[in-house]
Amino acid sequence: MNLIKISWSNIAAKPLNTALSVVLLSFGVGIISLLLLLEKQVTEKFDRNIKDIDFVLGAKGSPMQLILANVYHVDAPTGNIKVSDAQKVLKNPMVKDAIPLAYGDNYEKWRIVGTNFKYPEHYGYKMKDGRLFSAPFEATLGSRVAQETGLKVGDTFTSMHGFDSQANDEDAHHHDHPFRVVGIMENNNSALDNLILTPVESVWLVHDHGEDEGENHEEHAHDDQDHDDHVHDDHAHDEEASQEMTAYLIKKRNPLAAMMLANVVRDTNMQLADPAIEMNRLSQNFGLGMDTIRAIAILIMILSFVSVFISLYNSLKERKYELALLRTMGGSRGTLFRLIMQEGLLLVIIGFALGVILSRIGLFVLSSFLKENFQYELNDIGISTGEIVLFGVTLLVGMMASLLPAVRAVKMDISKTLANA
Amino acid sequence: MITAENIEFKYPDGPQFKFPSIHCSTENPLLILGESGTGKTTLLHLLAGLLKPTSGSIVVDGSNTSSMSGASLDKFRGKNIGIIFQTAHFVNALSVADNLILPPFLTGEKIDKQKAISILERLRLGNKANKKPGQLSVGEAQRVAIARAVMNNPRLILADEPTSALDDKNANEVIALLEEQAKNTGAALVIVTHDKRLKDHFKNQVTL
Repeated sequence: MNLIKISWSNIAAKPLNTALSVVLLSFGVGIISLLLLLEKQVTEKFDRNIKDIDFVLGAKGSPMQLILANVYHVDAPTGNIKVSDAQKVLKNPMVKDAIPLAYGDNYEKWRIVGTNFKYPEHYGYKMKDGRLFSAPFEATLGSRVAQETGLKVGDTFTSMHGFDSQANDEDAHHHDHPFRVVGIMENNNSALDNLILTPVESVWLVHDHGEDEGENHEEHAHDDQDHDDHVHDDHAHDEEASQEMTAYLIKKRNPLAAMMLANVVRDTNMQLADPAIEMNRLSQNFGLGMDTIRAIAILIMILSFVSVFISLYNSLKERKYELALLRTMGGSRGTLFRLIMQEGLLLVIIGFALGVILSRIGLFVLSSFLKENFQYELNDIGISTGEIVLFGVTLLVGMMASLLPAVRAVKMDISKTLANA
Repeated sequence: MITAENIEFKYPDGPQFKFPSIHCSTENPLLILGESGTGKTTLLHLLAGLLKPTSGSIVVDGSNTSSMSGASLDKFRGKNIGIIFQTAHFVNALSVADNLILPPFLTGEKIDKQKAISILERLRLGNKANKKPGQLSVGEAQRVAIARAVMNNPRLILADEPTSALDDKNANEVIALLEEQAKNTGAALVIVTHDKRLKDHFKNQVTL
C-alpha cells in the first residue's frame, strides 16, 4: 500500500474521465513531439546536403526545383544545359570550384548521377567496399542503394531512362550498356547515400547510343581524376562542346560572386540558384504550416489540462466523504494534497508518455512515406531537448491544473462533510 | 478510556452546545442517547477531535486532544480512535482488504494484510476481501467498517448511529460485534444514537 496506489486506483476507477484527459494530452504531445523530431532531422539533413554549395548552375526553370533536384535529389531536373555554355560561367574567376552533375537514368528507383570525384569528396565519402568509379560504366553505390538493391561489388546492372521508378517498361532498358559496381560507400547521411555515381561519360554514352568508343571513355575518366582543380581542360572542352550537363554545384571565390555571376548568366538559357535562399523560402512556407499544426497541438494540450482539472474537480465532489474519511483514519491535510496532486500528475505523465510513443509511430509512418517517395529516411527516435522542455511544461501545467482541486481537498471541513453525508 | 469535562461548542453563526461530562472506561461501554438536534454528532466529532471544543477538555488515554492540532492530531486520531459512522464509507476504488490496511498505512504503522484478512474471516467476510466496497450489502459494509476501526488496536471506538440504518437482526449483530471487538482490543466504546433498541443493552448511559 502506498499513496501512488491509492491515486492510481482512483484514476483507474474512472476510466472514461481518465481516457479523455490522457487521449487529449497524448495527441497534443504527440503532434508537438513529431514536429520537433521532424524539424530537427529535416534541418540536419538539409543543412548537411547544402554544405558549402553557394550556387547551382542549371537550366532555366524554377530555382527551387533546380535546388531540390540537384542538391537533394528529390525533384525532377529542370533540363540540361550545354557544357559549352556552362564553361562561359565556370571560367569566371569568381568561380572557385564546380562539381558537374549529369542525370539521365535510374536503376530501379535509384538515380544514376554522372559526376567526378569532387562530388563524393565534397560530402566526405568513405568507401565501405571497393573503390570509386574511374572509367565509364563503372558505378559506385551509396549505402542505401546497395542496401535496398542488394547489389555488390562486381555485380552488373542495366539502367532505365528517366528519373522515375514508374518507367519500368522493358523497352526503356539500356541493355547495351551494363554498369559494373566497383564500390559501395559508407552511410554518411548525405545525398550520396541514395545515389549511384558514375563518370559523366557513362551518362553521355548511354544517350549517344555508343557513338564514342572504348579508348575515349578511358580518357574522359582520367580527365576527371587528374584535373580536379579545373573544370575541364581544353582538350576535353572540344570534345564536350556539344555535350550536356544537368547542373554544376558551384563554390564561389568571394562574396561579390553573386552579382558578377548573375550578370554572366543573364540572357542565357541558364540560371544560377542559391540553395540557402531557396531552402529558406521553402522552410518559410513549410514553417507556416508547421506553426498552424503546432497551434492546434497546443490547443489540444490546453483542452487536456482543462479536462484533467475538470475530472479532478468533479471526482473531488464525489469523493469528498472518502477524503474526509482518510483524515479520520490518520491521513493529514498533506496526505490529501499529495493524493490529489499525484492523481493529476499521473494523468499528465501517462498522457505524455503515450504522446511520445505516438510521435514515434507517426515518424515511422512518415519516414516510410518519405522513403518510398523521396528516398529520404528519418531514423533518429531519441528524446530531443525540445521534448525534455515539453515534459517540464507538461508537468508544470499539470500541477497547476491539479492545484485548485488539491487545495480544496486540504481546506475541506471534515466534520461538516462527515455530518452531511 | 476517555474523559470529557465541561465541554462547550459553538458553531460560527450557529447553535451553542453545552455537554454533560463524559467518562468511559474499557470495561463499561457508554451509550449517549439523544433526539436529533441535540448535538449528538457534534459531540462525537468533538470526542474524535474532528471539532475543537470552545472550552473544556477531552482526554483520550491520557492525552489531551483538545490541545492538539494539525497533522499530529490526525495521526493521534488514526492511531488511537476508531470511528464508525451511520453509513459505512470506503475508498471505493480500493478493495475491501486494501481499505482495511488504510489505517495502519495512514498512521505509518506496520502494514499487516494478513491481519486484515483474519479480521474479515472472523466477521465471516473472508470471501469479500478482494471485492470492491460497492459490492457489499449495508450490513456487510457496517461490519467491514467495524473491522477497519479496530485495525490499529485503538484505545477508543466511537460509533455514530451504527445501527439506525439496519434491521433488528443486523443491528443486534453489529452491536454484539462492536462490544466484542472493543473487548478484544481493550478499547473504550462510546456509541451515540437515537436508536431506542439499544437502550436495554447498555447500563452506562447519558441522555442529551
